[in-house]
Amino acid sequence: MTAMIKALPFLWQGLLVTLQISAIVVVIALVLGVLFGTALTYAPRWVAWPVRAYSDIARGLPLITLIFFVYYAMPALKVNVGGWWAAVSALAAFETAHVSEVTRGALQSIHPGQTEAGRAIGLTFAQRMLYVIFPQALRRFLPPWINTVVDTVKGSALVSLVGIVDLMLAVQQVIGRTFQPLPLYVLGAAIYFVINYTLSQLSRRLEARFAYVRE
Amino acid sequence: MSYHLNFAVVGRYFGRLGWGLALSLELAAIGIAAGVVIGLALALFAQGRGRVVRTLIAAYVEFFRNVPLILLVYLVFYGIPSVGGFAYSATTSFIITLSLYAGAYLVEVFRAGLDAIPRGLIDAGRAIGLTPWQRTAYVQAPTMLRIVLPSLSNAFISLFKDTAIASVIAVPELTYGANWIYTNTFRIIEVYSVVTPMYLVTGWTLLLLLRQLERRFALRRA
Repeated sequence: MTAMIKALPFLWQGLLVTLQISAIVVVIALVLGVLFGTALTYAPRWVAWPVRAYSDIARGLPLITLIFFVYYAMPALKVNVGGWWAAVSALAAFETAHVSEVTRGALQSIHPGQTEAGRAIGLTFAQRMLYVIFPQALRRFLPPWINTVVDTVKGSALVSLVGIVDLMLAVQQVIGRTFQPLPLYVLGAAIYFVINYTLSQLSRRLEARFAYVRE
Repeated sequence: MSYHLNFAVVGRYFGRLGWGLALSLELAAIGIAAGVVIGLALALFAQGRGRVVRTLIAAYVEFFRNVPLILLVYLVFYGIPSVGGFAYSATTSFIITLSLYAGAYLVEVFRAGLDAIPRGLIDAGRAIGLTPWQRTAYVQAPTMLRIVLPSLSNAFISLFKDTAIASVIAVPELTYGANWIYTNTFRIIEVYSVVTPMYLVTGWTLLLLLRQLERRFALRRA
């Protein structure tokens, strides 16, 4: 018990790193994912096809494999961005692909009549997206997007494997000094649980709120 | 770029990748089988039970869904034996973790599947005099399995990718094999340009086969 209390400030530092990495990845994945998802849905084939290939490859690999590869391959290819960015960009590449699919799903759920109506009253593509499609797609987008945020927080634990002292690695370093694996793993799990459970409940509540009967 | 490719080392140690992939698939298969048993049992058991049972099941589901898999793997492999006074091999420990993890996801899938069974089917079962147990075995279960089949195949492919996490406790699956070759030869680009297609092709092949199966068993609704 005392070991756990003494470990708290150190774990707090780790938690901050976990939250920081998750936040950066969530922002990158949101921006790129919405862009790519829109391309998947509306862009001509020569744009959509490479995006589709990227998304299928990034989603088809285990995240841990992607992180190892990017982390070790970058120095081999003489790309020196540091381990931190290597891990963050691998995680971002993975989550971007998932957000693209969430975006695509949300956009495709909008009836094509909406696009046709927008076109009929002379709206440009940008106007149709901004005023017609996106506002309607938002309710389909938000709940699964929050789930990708949960996946990001969970996935960020894998950056511990390339030596970034996030919550996961902080827990292990404390165990390395105190030799009390069980209480510390349980404590670590509890911290992750509180963050992710809050997010998933939010997602569930939004989903219930946004559910509407379709004609 | 001054990197010279040398695929010979990957060829020399390819056995580690081949057997690694076989083990990954095996772990995923055991995981989905055990997960189906756990998920189905709990979903059926929760039906019409009181709040205590439902809360306990929800606690199990939410715990496994909201904690990183890697932490669960460490918890089961290092944490539990440290106080339990026993030990198990890394592979056994990972199978236990992955099964519980799969079970937590599949309880929800089966619960949704049970909810999606048309009410009239169960009433019809009652009308022709089936006992509650017979209604579960002959009406609910077969109908639900066909409803949840797409979710099951997604879960299987997802588990196949999750087996890569087993490398952190030295279970000799595909990612562990890749890292072993890397640590011993430093041939990262070569190793990963072989491992990446192995994961992708296996995953896509599974997807293709499972989609065939889904089409074959899809419910035709009136």
